[in-house]
Amino acid sequence: MVMRLFAVVLLLSSGAAAETITLASTTSTENSGLFAYLLPQFERDTGIAVQVIAVGTGQAIRLARNGDADVVLVHHRASEEALVVDGHGLARHDVMANDFVIVGPADDPAEIGAADTAADAFARIAGTAVPFASRGDDSGTHMAERAVWQEAAIDPLPASGGWYRELGAGMGATLNTAAAMAAYTFSDRATWATFANKVSLELLFEGDAALVNAYGVIAINPARHPHVNAAAARAFVDWLLSPVGQGAIAGFEVNGEQLFFPAYLAATD
Amino acid sequence: MSDLTEAFGLALGLVISLDAALLEIVCRSLAISLAAVVLASAIGLPLGAAIAVWRFPGRSAVVVMLNALMALPPVFVGLMLYVILSRAGPLGFLGLLFTPTAMILAQCVLVLPIVAALSHRMLRDLYQSYREQLCSLGASLLQVAVTLLWDARASLVTVVMAGFGRAIAEVGAVLIVGGNIAHATRVMTTTIALETSKGNLALALALGMVLVLVAIGVSAMAAILAGAAPPRPRALRWG
Amino acid sequence: MAILPLELSEVSLHADGRALLDAISLRIEAGPKTIILGANGAGKSLLLRVCHGLLSPRRGGVQWQGPDAADQRRRQAMVFQDPVMLRRSIYANVAYGLAIHRVPRSERGRRIAEVLARTGLADFAMRAAPTLSGGEQQRLALARVWALQPEVLFLDEPTASLDPGATAAVEAIVEDMHAQGCKLVMTTHDMGQARRLADEVIFLHQGRVDERAAAADFFANPQSETANAFLEGKLLW
Repeated sequence: MVMRLFAVVLLLSSGAAAETITLASTTSTENSGLFAYLLPQFERDTGIAVQVIAVGTGQAIRLARNGDADVVLVHHRASEEALVVDGHGLARHDVMANDFVIVGPADDPAEIGAADTAADAFARIAGTAVPFASRGDDSGTHMAERAVWQEAAIDPLPASGGWYRELGAGMGATLNTAAAMAAYTFSDRATWATFANKVSLELLFEGDAALVNAYGVIAINPARHPHVNAAAARAFVDWLLSPVGQGAIAGFEVNGEQLFFPAYLAATD
Repeated sequence: MSDLTEAFGLALGLVISLDAALLEIVCRSLAISLAAVVLASAIGLPLGAAIAVWRFPGRSAVVVMLNALMALPPVFVGLMLYVILSRAGPLGFLGLLFTPTAMILAQCVLVLPIVAALSHRMLRDLYQSYREQLCSLGASLLQVAVTLLWDARASLVTVVMAGFGRAIAEVGAVLIVGGNIAHATRVMTTTIALETSKGNLALALALGMVLVLVAIGVSAMAAILAGAAPPRPRALRWG
Repeated sequence: MAILPLELSEVSLHADGRALLDAISLRIEAGPKTIILGANGAGKSLLLRVCHGLLSPRRGGVQWQGPDAADQRRRQAMVFQDPVMLRRSIYANVAYGLAIHRVPRSERGRRIAEVLARTGLADFAMRAAPTLSGGEQQRLALARVWALQPEVLFLDEPTASLDPGATAAVEAIVEDMHAQGCKLVMTTHDMGQARRLADEVIFLHQGRVDERAAAADFFANPQSETANAFLEGKLLW
């Protein structure tokens, strides 16, 4: 009985017979359900299975640098470009974009609903010192949030532990905490749309150009990490950027709402 | 409160309908944790016995270390193993990262000190009462160790169960070395973490309840095994 | 190769500055049933353990006959006041000793059957040993060592915890073993038992041999003051 158990486990660990690649991506992308929608189509078209490791952006980049993944798809341009410059990635390609939104308690004590820009909204929050939950984990979302603070010329860190709460957590955990403490928070639209524990939180601010969130995909460089499945990784990148892939991205909807916008518009609809 | 009642209902529904996705995750959790416990016990029980009967210089220090290692933080173990098993690490060529094997290794590292330290304590106490008689009969140290292990089997089952509890319940290590990959390395605890991060609190609670049920099932089986262990009957030979 | 006679020369054992055994020199021959008598704390159990090799003396030597130390060990056995019952059947407990002594498997069944019959345990050979009564456990301990066919059997107050009925059963077995050729060296503080069993008596007092004599002589006409006091029930320690 023990031997059979071991055999099963070994089989599980050896990987399926079909071709498989490992995709390092972010928890927000995974939690939105995009991959569950997209990857089966890719597998049908190419016979390649994709195993998604969903971690924070920082960790995804680290996985890429260590050669622990075949492809990486994140949303922090600076890190992505560094990967290529340092020789770990072949090239960076725009894939899709969505945007960030600011959510908060339904009664909107800082009145950010009336703000003109994201920076203005943040200024109002700092001004009224209403609790703000930050991911605080150096993720793509977190760094985008920091960019907005910078735009508003406000440094929230002195208030850390007071109204500015750095959680060091993923998007879902941050939303859970924000809901529980009735705080404002900065979220990507996809995670917000699919999040099931909103409690009394509502979407209060959106639409500023500064809130655009661009995703890039990079295949890992086989010259640097010889063991990666370079051909299959290339096939994945090509598919994502092809009209088929881009169309699939556009076709992903939650509650009738399109969450991701492909970088290359389809020639025909 | 409504989350809890909803969770109860969900849990019941999942269990009764033998939900296929749930079954897959439960089986994987059990396979990984049981394999880890078997491996850890195969190493830890003889180790505990050896330390109990064999006087060697530095023995007290080893016992102190073993007891301390019971408190190893799972996330730390996961991180250490990640660094070792990563392609950029010393054992990267094995390609074990993000596989169930890596998860078994991680849980084994966490369970081993528990099995070794607790079995050592029990066997050492038993050895005190057995020592003179076994010495008089002329048993070698190895024979003494084997005798102690067999005679203490009922208590050792509890020790192994303690190890299993640690394995099936931990999430930090398997999350890091397994990657929580759907249909590959996703287990009950990482699913609970995932559903929580999606805000599906009722589902997460329900999964937690199922996990507790599974643990109770394993514990019951272990108790039956321990209780139903009479001396093996043998035919008397008169000659 | 016989391992008797056993020579003890100037054997001493100390603890906390006190001499527990004080320069004991003895020669134990094959043949008579030797009873070591003495009050509590006289050092009887310690002396037995030193003879059997469970304790090493601080000073002095313990010398058996025969060339092979391993053989010397194997031809002795010991029964303790509280016997250790392995958590398995009566049959398996006896078989355990035979396995350790590497008695050939073909031989084991016969020996086990014989000793179980002689100790009256044959009818419940499959019972779990820890469930036996005190007397039955001691009989099993005797069966276990009897199967090993020792040349010398040490017994440390084997009936101190038993009721008269169990005590009688144990004494009968012990007599039977002696009749079969096994040398007995037994400690007791029970005078009646000593009178029943002893062929010779070694009387210990505070770690020294105060008197040694044939049993009849010792009980009728003790030479030492301490032995006298002990026989009159006046020596408590």
